[in-house]
Amino acid sequence: MTKVFRRLAEGDLGVVRVILVIALIWIYFQANNSHFLTAVNLTNLTLQTAGLGMISVGVVLVLLLGEIDLSVGAVSGLAGAVVAVLNVKHGWAAAPAILAGIAVGAAIGGAQGAIFAKIGVPSFVVTLAGLLAWQGMLLVVLGKTGTVNITDPGIVDLANKFFSHAIGWIVAVGVVAAYAASNLSRRRRRQAANLPVPSLVAVAVRIGLVAAVTFAAILVFNADRGLPLAVVILLGFVIVFDAITLRTVWGRHIFAVGGNAEAARRAGIKVDRIRIGVFALASALAGCGGILLASRLLAVNQSSGGSDTLLLAIAGPVIAGTSLFGGRGSIWSAVLGAVVIGSITNGIDLLSYPSSTRLLVTGAVLLAAVIIDALTSKRRRAVGR
Amino acid sequence: MAEQNEQHLLELRGVHKRFGAVNALNGVDFHVDVGHVMALVGDNGAGKSTLIKCVAGIHTIDDGEVLWAGEPVSIHGPKDAARLGIEVVYQDLALADNLDVVQNMYLGRELLSTLRRLDEARMEKRSREVLKELSVTTIQSVRQTVASLSGGQRQSVAVAKAVLWNSKLVILDEPTAALGVAQTQQVLDLVRRLAEQGLAVVLVSHNMNDVFEVADHITVLRLGQNVAEFTTKDTNQREVVEAITAGQLHSVPGMQEEALA
Repeated sequence: MTKVFRRLAEGDLGVVRVILVIALIWIYFQANNSHFLTAVNLTNLTLQTAGLGMISVGVVLVLLLGEIDLSVGAVSGLAGAVVAVLNVKHGWAAAPAILAGIAVGAAIGGAQGAIFAKIGVPSFVVTLAGLLAWQGMLLVVLGKTGTVNITDPGIVDLANKFFSHAIGWIVAVGVVAAYAASNLSRRRRRQAANLPVPSLVAVAVRIGLVAAVTFAAILVFNADRGLPLAVVILLGFVIVFDAITLRTVWGRHIFAVGGNAEAARRAGIKVDRIRIGVFALASALAGCGGILLASRLLAVNQSSGGSDTLLLAIAGPVIAGTSLFGGRGSIWSAVLGAVVIGSITNGIDLLSYPSSTRLLVTGAVLLAAVIIDALTSKRRRAVGR
Repeated sequence: MAEQNEQHLLELRGVHKRFGAVNALNGVDFHVDVGHVMALVGDNGAGKSTLIKCVAGIHTIDDGEVLWAGEPVSIHGPKDAARLGIEVVYQDLALADNLDVVQNMYLGRELLSTLRRLDEARMEKRSREVLKELSVTTIQSVRQTVASLSGGQRQSVAVAKAVLWNSKLVILDEPTAALGVAQTQQVLDLVRRLAEQGLAVVLVSHNMNDVFEVADHITVLRLGQNVAEFTTKDTNQREVVEAITAGQLHSVPGMQEEALA
C-alpha cells in the first residue's frame, strides 16, 4: 500500500491520479444534483468534451516537444469557418470541405513551425502572432454575415449521430479484443527474447479494467441515444496518436527532442523536421477539433475558437499530467483533461452556478495540477540522486 | 616495443588544423592501438578537444594524414567516423533525461519490427547484454529513466551506447570530471574493461591519478603539438606534468616557420 502511495507521489501513476480527480468531481456533483450521473447527462458530457479533446491531442504533441502553440484556438475556429463557408456558400460536398479545413490547419502549422524551427523565433511568439492573425482571418472568411449555419448532414452528423445498440457493443468488443491482443503479443515477444514479463494475472487485471470501463461506457450510451460518432472519432484519433508517440521512431524522436534537443541532434535526428511536422500536425488536429465544435454548434460564428478554447485546450493535458517543460506526458492526457474540464463545466451548469464559479474552479484545478507536477518532478530528482 | 611492429588502429601523421590565425594543431602525430588505453593529456588550449573533434569528424583536418588500420582515410563528418567504428562520449554525455536507458542507447538508430514499429524487445535484450558484457551491474532496471541515474551510471550508459555499435575506437572526453571517488572508480574500471574487450580507447583527462591508473600510454599535447609520448609503466607523474607545462616544442607559435615543410 505504501508502495502505491509512493508511486502516486512520484507521478508514476499519473493516469490513476487523474481518474481519482474525475471520480471526486463526479461524486461531488452527483451529491448535489442527482441528474449529474444520468445517461443523458453523461452522454452530453462526452459530446461537450469531444471538440476540445481533439484540439488537446495536438497540444500534447507540442507540449512533448517542450514548446507551446497559442494559435490552436484561433486555428480551430478558422478551420471550422473554412469548412462551413466552402460547404454552405460555395456548395462543396462535406468531405472535400472538411479535408480543405484540415489542410488549412496543417499549412498554418507547417508555416508557424518553420518560422520557429528555421528562423529561431520562439514558438510562444510565433503562435501568439498566429492567434491574432487567424482570428482576423476568421472574420475575413466569414464575411459580412458573421454567422454561417450548417445543415449538411455530412458535417452535422459528426457531433450529432448516434450508433445503434448493436454497433455500440460490436465496437466495444473490438476495442477490448484489440487491447488484449496487443498486450498479450507484447508479452509474448518479451518472453521470446527472454526478458522479464509481467505476470499473466497483472495483464488480465489490466485487460479486465479496460473491458469494464469500455462496457460500462457502452451501457451508459445505450441507455441514452447510443454510442456517439464524435466519441468514436475522438478515441480513434487518440488511439492512433498514442500508438504513434509510443511505438514509432518518429514518436520516440518527439520525446527525445523535448527531453534534450542537443542530444537528439547529435544522435542524428533531424530536429527541425520533427518540430515542423509536430506543429503542422497540431494545427491540423486543432482544425479537426474546430470542425467537431462547429458540427456540435451547427454553426460557425465570429467567436468560434475564441474566448477560453485555447486556454482550456492547453489546461486539459496539463491537468492530466503532461509536462509544460517537454518530454513527459501522454496522448491520453488530452482526453482525461478534457473530461475533467468538461465535468466541471457541466456540473456547474447543472447546479446553475454563475460562470465566474466555473472559471475559478477550473483555475484552481489547473494550479493544483501544475503544483503537483512541480512537486513530483522535484521528488523524482531527489529520489534519482 | 612489440606493438610498434604492428599496425596502429588509428594513426595521425603531421596533422594541422587552423582556425583563422590560430594553429590549433601544428603537425601532431598520434596513434592508438587495439586493446590499449591511450591517454591524451595537456593544459587548457593544448589542442586535445580539437584533436578528438578531428577524429570524430566534427572538424576536417587542413593538412596531414589519417590512417585507419594502416589505410589512409578521410573523415569529413560524424557519419564517416561512425562508419569506421569511432564513437565519442562527450563530457555532457548527450543523454535525454526523460528517456529510459534502452531508449537512450538506441536513440537515432532504433531497431524496427514489422509495420515499422519499434522493436522494444530486441533493443532491450541487446542493451542488457552490452551492459552485462561491460559488467555494469549498478543499474537496476534498463527501463528506468536516465534522470533517476547517478553520474557514474549515466557515464556507464553513455559508454555502453558507444560500444553498442560494434565500435572499434571509443574516445572518452573527461569521463570522471564530474564524479565522486566511488563513481570515478566505477568508470575507470569500465575504461579498463573496454580495452580488455579488444577496443582501442582514447582517454582525455586532466586527472593524473586517473591517467596513471588506466592508461597504457600517454600522449602529451602542448600548444597544438605533441611534445612527448610515454609508456605509463616507464614514467611517473612528475615527468608527465613537466611535459605538459614545459615540453619541448618543435616550432614556436607566432613564428612563421613551417615545421614540416
